[in-house]
Order: sequence, then structure tokens, then C-alpha cells
Amino acid sequence: MENKNKDGQVIVVTSGKGGVGKTTTVANVASALAKMGHRVVVIDLDIGLKKLDLILGLENRVIYDIIQVIEGECTLKQALVKDKRFPELYMLPAAQTRNKEDITPEQVVALCAQLRPDFDYIFIDCPAGIEQGFRNAIAAADQALVVTNPEVSAVRDADRIIGMLESAAFTDIKLVVNRLRNEMVRQGDMLSVDDLLEHLCIDLVGIVPEDKGILVSTNKGEPVVLNERSQAAIAFNNIARRLSGEDIEFLSFDDESFWRRLTRGLFSSR
Amino acid sequence: MLLDILTRLFIKDAMNSKDIARERLRLVLVHDRSSVSPEVLNNLKEDLIKVIRQYMDIDEEALAVNFENDDESVALVANIPVKGFRRAV
Repeated sequence: MENKNKDGQVIVVTSGKGGVGKTTTVANVASALAKMGHRVVVIDLDIGLKKLDLILGLENRVIYDIIQVIEGECTLKQALVKDKRFPELYMLPAAQTRNKEDITPEQVVALCAQLRPDFDYIFIDCPAGIEQGFRNAIAAADQALVVTNPEVSAVRDADRIIGMLESAAFTDIKLVVNRLRNEMVRQGDMLSVDDLLEHLCIDLVGIVPEDKGILVSTNKGEPVVLNERSQAAIAFNNIARRLSGEDIEFLSFDDESFWRRLTRGLFSSR
Repeated sequence: MLLDILTRLFIKDAMNSKDIARERLRLVLVHDRSSVSPEVLNNLKEDLIKVIRQYMDIDEEALAVNFENDDESVALVANIPVKGFRRAV
């Protein structure tokens, strides 16, 4: 890699509200970056409620977890699970039978310091909420991706999280709008990306359309970015490319066909 | 689909749910960011009524006190309909 002698970036993926797609974003953006040839590690900090191993389809390969690393039961290297589908993608699993208070922000910082020399990107999957788990997750991060859905409660929580990140001196906070349904925005029944940006006032890094392919790939334990035809896959690939410094235009993901647009223009009163 | 269009054509206040969401979001974020709870705002409103009532007759039901924000600044906006002025004694 061209940036071999540069230490890796730690990126926390957070949202406040649960269920907006943090883990899916981590799994897919990390996979996309790994596919591009970067060395990537993903850390699941949702201790007690882990999901990343399932989303990535690595649940059967987990031997040790992050708590065992911290408590010295195994080495960091032993706990890292390699994803064989990509040249350099590793996962550090969360512990399922422990809780968020069993780890401190200082320990996360120390862990990331150990990983930085060996990786280009270190992704942290943050648990929902604003308590200890959140504080642990942001402790070592250089930048934050805030994932939200075009829905009032998710945006409100995103705003709160952005406030907390700003007061923790984060300067690099970017927004991922997940599960956007263009046809609903068009009908006036969903907040648009512009509406969200107007309220949240941070930079946009990705727009991911609602896509049935996500559930299918979750069912199989395969990141959706492996499925080239999926619209969400294109969106996640684009986020990865933007993070690595490329200037990629935002796609509208307008699934409306020319014919439908024409008939709508002719027969609709709006 | 057709029903949707008909509803919007014939029902006057079929406001887009997106616009309702925008407005609700705007208000809730202003409150969240200012860390002023609706309760505090309500107390303020009641105190305002007490003071202003000494000088003029106001429509207490229609009185609205809210935060409004444009890009950078937040303003406390009170809309107080006046029914009449108290006669000077």
C-alpha cells in the first residue's frame, strides 16, 4: 500500500439510535476498502449484544474476544479473525456474555495504538446509546461517521450524537444517510437528504438507498458489496472510495424509469 | 397511487407527511440544542402572560412562544395577539 509507513486511521461508526444500520455500514464500507486493497480491521465494541460477526458471516470462526485480549487471556493477534474473502480484512469480536462497563476508554485507546501501525483503517462499531459504550467507542477515533435514517427520531438522535462528538473535540464528522426511499421522498412522504443536511449541518459521505439485497446478504452472512448489482453495494463502495480520498459524485439512485416519469408528467396533477 | 393523488386533490389539509416531519424535527432540535425543556418554555409563557396582562388584554389561548432558528442564530419569538388595551385610569 502507498501509505504503508503512515499509521492507520481510526473511524468510529455511530448513530445514537439503534437499528439504523451502523453494523451494516461498518461491514460493507470496511469490506469495500479491503476489496480496494487496503488493510482493514473492524472492532465490534457492542459488548453484550454483538452483531458484526454475524453480518460479516464470521460467527463460526470466533475463538477469542476483545475482553480476553484486554484481560490478557490471549494476544491481540490470536483474537483477530481473518476474513478469507478479502486480502486484508480482520475482525476483533466483541464478548457476548460481558457488558460495556468491563472495558474502559483508555483500554480502547491502547488497543487501537497497537493496531495502527499494521492497518490503514480501523473501524469501530459503536453500540447504540450515549453511555459508557459510546464513550469507549469514540475514545480512540480520529474521525466519526454518523449513520442516520430519513426519519425524525433517528435524526434527532444523530443531532445529539453530533453534539457529543463536537464537545469531545471531533472535527471530522461525516453523515451517512441510510435506507433512503426515493419514491417516498418524491411523493412527499420522506425527509430528503437535503432536509437532513439542513438540520444536521455536517458533511455528507454517503446516501444508501433502501435495498432488499441488504437482508438477503445478512441472511447469507455476505457483505452486500460483494454483490455488484445491488444499489446499496454501489453506495457503500462509493463511501469507501470517498473515505480513501477519491472525489465521487453522489448518485441519485432514482429508480424511476423514463417511461414512468413520462406518464407521470402527462397524467399527474402534481 | 391513484387514491393518493385523489386524496391530495380533494382533501385540503392533506399536508405532505414530509413537511410535517421537517417542522417537528426543526422544533425538537431547537429545544434539544438549547437545552430548554418544553416545561421551562411553558413557565416562561405563563410569566409573560402575567406581566403583559397588566397592560393589555391578550388572547391567552393563542399566545405562542417558541424558538426559531435560521442558519446560525436562534431567536425566542413570542406571538401575542392583543384583544384590546386597558383603559387608562
